[in-house]
Amino acid sequence: MSEAAEGQQHPLGIYYAIWILLFVLSVFSYMVDYYQFQGYLRWTLILIFMMLKAGFIVAIFMHMAWERLALITAILLPPLVLLVLVGLMAIEGDYTFLARVVFFGADPNAVPLSPPGSH
Amino acid sequence: MANSNEAGAGTLVEDWSGDKETFKVHWGKAMMWIFLLSDTFIFTSFLTSYMHVRMSAAEPWPNSSEVFALTMFGHHIPLILIAIMTFVLITSSGTMALAVNYGYRRDRAKTAVLLVITALLGATFVGMQAFEWTKLIVDEGVRPWSNPMGAAQFGSCFFMITGFHGAHVTGGVIYLTYVATGVINGRYEKKGYDIVEICGLYWHFVDLVWVFIFAFFYLW
Repeated sequence: MSEAAEGQQHPLGIYYAIWILLFVLSVFSYMVDYYQFQGYLRWTLILIFMMLKAGFIVAIFMHMAWERLALITAILLPPLVLLVLVGLMAIEGDYTFLARVVFFGADPNAVPLSPPGSH
Repeated sequence: MANSNEAGAGTLVEDWSGDKETFKVHWGKAMMWIFLLSDTFIFTSFLTSYMHVRMSAAEPWPNSSEVFALTMFGHHIPLILIAIMTFVLITSSGTMALAVNYGYRRDRAKTAVLLVITALLGATFVGMQAFEWTKLIVDEGVRPWSNPMGAAQFGSCFFMITGFHGAHVTGGVIYLTYVATGVINGRYEKKGYDIVEICGLYWHFVDLVWVFIFAFFYLW
């Protein structure tokens, strides 16, 4: 079968569908900023759109959905250990921030200045 | 080549056990995936350290929505440059996916044209990034050690992360140009067009990393 010999071949339609979907999801994530959602709503929306985009790119554009389990697990499982690093650094970051506020008198409610030249 | 549609835990044990090839794909594709895995660790380390530094900074973090705003056609639009860069990169990912498909169909002309378009879009992205850096350094006075808006760590995180990503895009444009010339010259007629897919994996990965940078650095 020549198709099997020639690697990953799929109907073009699926690429167009994912392509459009990525555009739509990007518009959505831009809208999160444009309409200035804040707090947990903002972070949740950002993460949802990010994970959807990343998932479609890896699964369809990078053909992971059609690979064998040996390759999928070898590539997608190791990055999970990075969550340990993320967790540790989050705890450490909170601790450092608290120390700076409590012991060095930093103002936790300070707001950033506008960039020069704007307004 | 093995049938890729087989699934289930049985194939996992089967593929790893015994003195035989584990990954039933082109060797270059397996190597590219392993390289991308290592690159994932590098970029995650960058993004994690950036988040850590941002959480621990006592000075306010500069508002990226404002920092990367542009005034276009008399309107002040937040984050617009980054949005355009995102669309350029996604467009290039789409043309790349099509190039891989036409490569396996042995449609050399279409593959070459799509690869060249992908490379041009990549070059456009790098050009816009150069503009972004210039604006930030010259107009807004952002330095790796300080900036007029708030936390000093903003600059070092920004230059490190986007610089490393930009270097990847630049490398990708060179890689794409090389593969496109090969397609035009018929270099892969005998070897097969796996190289277009391998090159595509790298290019999609660059887009993938941008998805995370866009979410964590620009939108957060």
